[in-house]
Amino acid sequence: MAGVLVRESGLGRRALSIDVVAGREVALVDVLDRLLADGVVLSGDLTLAIADVDLVHLSLRTLITSITGEEEQ
Amino acid sequence: MNADACYTYAVARPFDVATIGPVRGVDDAAIRLFRYRDIVAVSSAMPPEAAEEGALRTRLETLESMEAMARAHHAVVEAVVERAVAIPFRLATIHHDERRVIGMLRHGHAEFDATLNRLAGRVEMGVKVYANISAPPPTSIVASVSDSPGRDYLRTRRVERNQRERGSRQAVDVAERVDAALAESAVERALHRPQAARLHIDRAENVLNAAYLVEARDLPAFHTLVRRLGSDAPGVRIEVTGPWPAYSFASLDSGGEP
Repeated sequence: MAGVLVRESGLGRRALSIDVVAGREVALVDVLDRLLADGVVLSGDLTLAIADVDLVHLSLRTLITSITGEEEQ
Repeated sequence: MNADACYTYAVARPFDVATIGPVRGVDDAAIRLFRYRDIVAVSSAMPPEAAEEGALRTRLETLESMEAMARAHHAVVEAVVERAVAIPFRLATIHHDERRVIGMLRHGHAEFDATLNRLAGRVEMGVKVYANISAPPPTSIVASVSDSPGRDYLRTRRVERNQRERGSRQAVDVAERVDAALAESAVERALHRPQAARLHIDRAENVLNAAYLVEARDLPAFHTLVRRLGSDAPGVRIEVTGPWPAYSFASLDSGGEP
């Protein structure tokens, strides 16, 4: 069975929704897909310079472990 | 002279920061703009001890504190894109002081300007396609009608696995079709890596995790297209999120990092 589920982003007042799931906030994992893997990355002059892969990997491991209670190797 | 470090959320076209009202930054810090010509950095102050690498690392390694930072970051960026075209920054982009933020604007002005022009009037839509795995047959019934429960168990497992593999192959085909049609309708497309099945509420297998840059005025058509593709695609579920700030399309035009 096919279905289309639409979530509205946090302040997405511009959202034209098909089937907005009421009251559901933006999933953390969708936010992290964007904030950790995307967004402008600058080099130099920053207080913290973690390689992209490290940051994504580290955070997803934290996320998965926290949500499922599973120990990652 | 300010000794605080600067957390930067985005670079944007100038807007009135007073209209941002109750929105605060990471650690509830006030939002400030640094302007250079026709662009601004949207930032907030951070005490130097919180901005140093060790403290940040610790913060990013703990889900609660990372989530708080990510949500604050996202809230600021959302507030900004409601007021001006903006280029969202990566989480935890922190300069040692405001002088360096202004230096970033000055050195990167041409790239920021070109990127802002590219993103103007456009939004990001997230689309995820999941394989709809049918429920496994009740193993207890199969086992009870046979004198070889061990073999039946293995057969059931094999059937389940085959179903799953067929389902996921079919879903991948559907996802490719969906993606091709959406990419065609969008200005740009970016692929994220599929999310782990255990992050999903139903543990569904994520076969496509994509973002599309869409003209804001074409959003109704985009939604119509997704709905049509969804009703046309057996065996999958399609989830749409957005509109998002253009995180997935924020790479700076014409290279040259400041």
